[in-house]
Amino acid sequence: MNWFDSWGLTLVVFLPVVGMGIVLLLPREDEQAVKLATLLTTLVTLGFTIAVLARYHYGAGHPGLQFDVNKNWIEVINSRYHVGVDGISLPMLALSSFITVLCVIYSWNHFPEPHNPKAFLALILLLETGMNGTFVAQDLILFFIFFELVLLPMFFMIGVWGGPNKEYASIKFFLFTMFGSALMLLSFLALYFKVDVTAVTHGAMHHTFDIPTLAAAHGAGLVHGTELLIFGGLFLGFAIKVPMFPFHTWLPDAHTEAPTVGSVLLAAILLKLGTYGFIRIALPILPVAARTWAPWIGLLAVIGIIYGALNCLAQKDMKRLIAFSSIAHMGFVMLGIATLTSFGINAAVFGMVAHGLITGMLFFIAGSVQHNFNTREMSRLGGLLLQAPKMGWILGFCVMASLGLPGLAGFWGEFPAILSAFQPAAPLSEPVFRSFMVVAAIGTVFAAGYLLYMLQRVAFGTVRDEFADAHIHDVGMAEWIAWTPMLLLILVLGIYPNLLFKVSDVAVHPMTVAIGKAIAR
Amino acid sequence: MFFLDHAWLVPLIPALSFAVILFFGKRMPKGGSEVGVAALGASWVLACGAFYQWVRHVDNAAGAKGAAGSVKAFASSLKLAATSSGEHAAPVAPIVHSVTWFQNAGIKLGVGIQIDGLAVMMMFVVTTISLLVHVYSTEYMRDDRRYTYFFAALSLFTASMLLLVVADNTLQLLVGWELVGLCSFMLIGHWWEEKPNSDAALKAFLTTRTGDIGLICGVIMTYFIVQRATGVGSFNIVALNQAALSGKVGHTILLMTAVALMAAIMGKSGQFPLHTWLPDAMAGPTPVSALIHAATMVVAGVYLGARVYPVLFEGFSIGHGGVNLMAAIGGTTVIIGAALAFVQDDIKKVLAYSTISQLGYMVMGLGVGAWIAAIFHLFTHAFFKADLFLGAGSVSHSGAHHSFDMKKDMGGLRKYMPQTFATFVIGSLALAGIFPLAGFWSKDEILVTAGKGGYTFFMVVGLAGAFMTAAYMTRCIYLTFYGEYRGGGADHGHDPLATEAEQDVAHDAHEAHAGPHESPTAITAPLWILSFFAVTAGLLNAEPFHIEKFKQWVEPRYAFPELVHPAFSWPAAALSVTIALVGIGISYQFYWLRRGLRDFSSRNAFARAGKTFLVNKYYLDHLYTDIVVGSIKGPIANASYWVNQHVIDAVLNGVGRGSLSVARFTYDVLDQRGVDGIVNGLALGTGDAGGAARAVETGRLQWYALMMFSGVALFSVFLWIAH
Repeated sequence: MNWFDSWGLTLVVFLPVVGMGIVLLLPREDEQAVKLATLLTTLVTLGFTIAVLARYHYGAGHPGLQFDVNKNWIEVINSRYHVGVDGISLPMLALSSFITVLCVIYSWNHFPEPHNPKAFLALILLLETGMNGTFVAQDLILFFIFFELVLLPMFFMIGVWGGPNKEYASIKFFLFTMFGSALMLLSFLALYFKVDVTAVTHGAMHHTFDIPTLAAAHGAGLVHGTELLIFGGLFLGFAIKVPMFPFHTWLPDAHTEAPTVGSVLLAAILLKLGTYGFIRIALPILPVAARTWAPWIGLLAVIGIIYGALNCLAQKDMKRLIAFSSIAHMGFVMLGIATLTSFGINAAVFGMVAHGLITGMLFFIAGSVQHNFNTREMSRLGGLLLQAPKMGWILGFCVMASLGLPGLAGFWGEFPAILSAFQPAAPLSEPVFRSFMVVAAIGTVFAAGYLLYMLQRVAFGTVRDEFADAHIHDVGMAEWIAWTPMLLLILVLGIYPNLLFKVSDVAVHPMTVAIGKAIAR
Repeated sequence: MFFLDHAWLVPLIPALSFAVILFFGKRMPKGGSEVGVAALGASWVLACGAFYQWVRHVDNAAGAKGAAGSVKAFASSLKLAATSSGEHAAPVAPIVHSVTWFQNAGIKLGVGIQIDGLAVMMMFVVTTISLLVHVYSTEYMRDDRRYTYFFAALSLFTASMLLLVVADNTLQLLVGWELVGLCSFMLIGHWWEEKPNSDAALKAFLTTRTGDIGLICGVIMTYFIVQRATGVGSFNIVALNQAALSGKVGHTILLMTAVALMAAIMGKSGQFPLHTWLPDAMAGPTPVSALIHAATMVVAGVYLGARVYPVLFEGFSIGHGGVNLMAAIGGTTVIIGAALAFVQDDIKKVLAYSTISQLGYMVMGLGVGAWIAAIFHLFTHAFFKADLFLGAGSVSHSGAHHSFDMKKDMGGLRKYMPQTFATFVIGSLALAGIFPLAGFWSKDEILVTAGKGGYTFFMVVGLAGAFMTAAYMTRCIYLTFYGEYRGGGADHGHDPLATEAEQDVAHDAHEAHAGPHESPTAITAPLWILSFFAVTAGLLNAEPFHIEKFKQWVEPRYAFPELVHPAFSWPAAALSVTIALVGIGISYQFYWLRRGLRDFSSRNAFARAGKTFLVNKYYLDHLYTDIVVGSIKGPIANASYWVNQHVIDAVLNGVGRGSLSVARFTYDVLDQRGVDGIVNGLALGTGDAGGAARAVETGRLQWYALMMFSGVALFSVFLWIAH
């Protein structure tokens, strides 16, 4: 076996934290060295991620975990250092490594007050370890640690570099997610103690935190009531992170106050930890409970689609509007997951990547608008296409992608998710899900409404008098380098979606088959 | 068959041209327009090649019975039984090629081309008109502030429209459909500095998107229709049509799909009650109105209906006569569109409402089982309506100082613009359905089929529409070309953002040839070419002269329902022409001879109310913009945000504040006075031990203890319940 097969993921996860150590050792005044060290670290991490992508076996014959490493860790509780990637985690891991590099590039000359690049970049590196770790962890305790690790840097990013209301937003973000995590941890413990994995491990183990093993057990030994409760704990932990209606109120505040890069990372990666948790942990380990919960998750998802859209229409701040649009978009992802079908879950994986790219881009643009105009009030903006035509065009492009225009990435997260609701997994009620389908389809009109409304007010029209003489920078070098790859990916994935579907489908299809069998049993 | 097998090149070339113009157009000597024209020229040649090869293909198949074998092979590859249909002619299978687009559950779903008579005909129409519009625009848009951008958008539009046309599956059709909507949005809002233009663009996009709720749901159901018939889901159109006709699929899902698709058709093809965006779309440049909002994009709905016709046919039980949703919507649109055309002062709006009305004919045609007639009307209408729109543009460009107001800025222009006048009259006569021009043949065929297919009522509706069409076009010609010239005082207000220098240049340009004059060749040449088609296109299916080429080439003979093809009847034709002539005659009396009920609406309260109703466009805009959109954007959105901030968030903040006060209570009362008091009391007795305990108990540690304790307690309760 190639050394990289056993060390690749560990490198991808822990290199950033090593880089953080180096950055911390550098003098604070030497900003250039700090920036270069960070960029280098993230680039090398991306390089390793690309190596993982290159060595990954894509064919339908490889549905399981690859780069699988399973070592002793905390023996007392059977918790192991188990990492690996499959078709579901691979796209997310790639997205995470990729976006982090672009965020570092964008930051180059966009450090918000109180400046201090050293601390800011060190936090980004720590964040990357948390994000990458969550996507490769195959052990519940390991997953939990990475999942929680993400909170800390984001808390400081919002709390230190945020807008006027940063204290409130950061504490709300921290406590709300922490609350969900506490219940999630309880559920993990309950899974450990309650799920009987004897049959799966052939008597070698009775209790385990190992995700694939637990998934193979399908909740054996659980009474239905217990299973529902445990699922409830997982649901809260993940749904707050997604966030689903009505657990979403931390999101608009966090986004509004967060610095641009914080918002991008939050939207592009952090929200996906929640949906990823549903796909990786909640559904495969507790399929029977998932069936009972599914209509309710679907209901909250479509409420989120409409509710998020309505709130968008009421916004005056461009960034807050984009934040609310995330709630609507993640509603499509959750609707796909709730159908328990391969169409739905493939759509969810695609939707996660697409939303990461598109909404990430929208937050970048909002950041640059703020940087230029010192405001994000849409009533004060106008004529961006005249003053900064390139940025205006990019905004238009991203708006179209976000409203689900076919040919761009956003469509492939939405359409299959809506489609999957026509015929959900076997015992789920068709009339209920078909109603969801129609509501979700109506949601696409709302999405077009609020996004075009934003485009009209920001980009069209003439330049306002107050900015007539303002010195506006159109897209600069750092922005081009950071944005071009994202824009290209949005286009490429939109034209040829199979790039992603063929990766995710290999893992999703067997999983939905297994879920279906477990439900039928 | 190179041209048929490589038909994907036809949309690909304009797509590449879009990218080239977008990125390099500004640096080119002619601002990118040369690339656009060249690309369209190439696409046009390929489309003509495909047309020619398709004709050969059909003629060969008609001779050789052996073709049936290849059809069976094709059908078995789709896991369906070959159902030959049509009128005993040898079935001609479409040419289908596809590649994997995406996959799900291991099943690959393709993207590709399905080339048959319908696709070939549409490719010809789209490339021809697009090419002419490109040429026309080089002159019409010459000094535009976004010349390059305009040509890029035209290329993108053409590519998207052709992508839709060649689609071999409904999902690809949806993709093309949305992309043409995007281009329509970009081009309606071409002069987006002025709010009314961007408003019109938004309205067009959102209204068609509302219809697209139906398209999304409909396309989804097409996947499951095929799944029910064959066991494997697919968006493939041939498979869908066979499934719909196979009898293996329940009627309910077919009806649901038909209704959903009908909503999409209503949005895109300007059918009542979703037609309101189309007149507003006239805010875009005139070449765009001709290409997108008359000849091609707006017929996408009709094309969709024709493509998946078996679904609509079975879903709406079209073969049974009587009334169905599709015929009813189409018929209503014929009348309401035509009625509104009478009260417009803007020449483009007259034509826009006329387009709505004519689209109504096509949809009604599909609804009454007149498939070939409806598609034939699509074909002829594209030419004469593009002719009329470009004519209106020519009038405005060279005769009315960029105004479109017939009453203020036109009149008497036939003397100044003889070529524009002649072509405009030809287009109008074709539209009015005067023998033997194009519109006569196609409209007559719809009416006859409606009459024979058990849809007598809709035949009457069509005749009434024909009368109105002839009358409002006569009014339009009178106001534009006859009487006294009323222009001259118009401002150059179409470009308020141009710098003063630009304004001066534009002004001088107009001073140099002050007064109305004929347009240059780049404008008149397309007009004449389109007029030629407006005269002759109908002869492709002139049954009394024993020409039925259009039917032979275009009507599918594969996976298609049995339809009635009534014979041409001279009395019926005479009736419809007479009715049109009467319409022209009455209008002539009214405007030229100033006879009839003049100022009737100001004397009669009932007529006044009717006119007000028309001028306000049936109050539909009021309903949509002010009531529906207004309430969602205003009160409903704000209420929802209020709930978010003051209910949901308040609960959260309440919980936060509550926990804080509980914590304060625990600390102040329980800990400091209670536990600590006891500890202190004990410490008094135990001396140093108490001191040590206090050191641990104070400070932050107690928090952790409390949390740990609550955690354990909660978990125990949880497990106890779970047990």
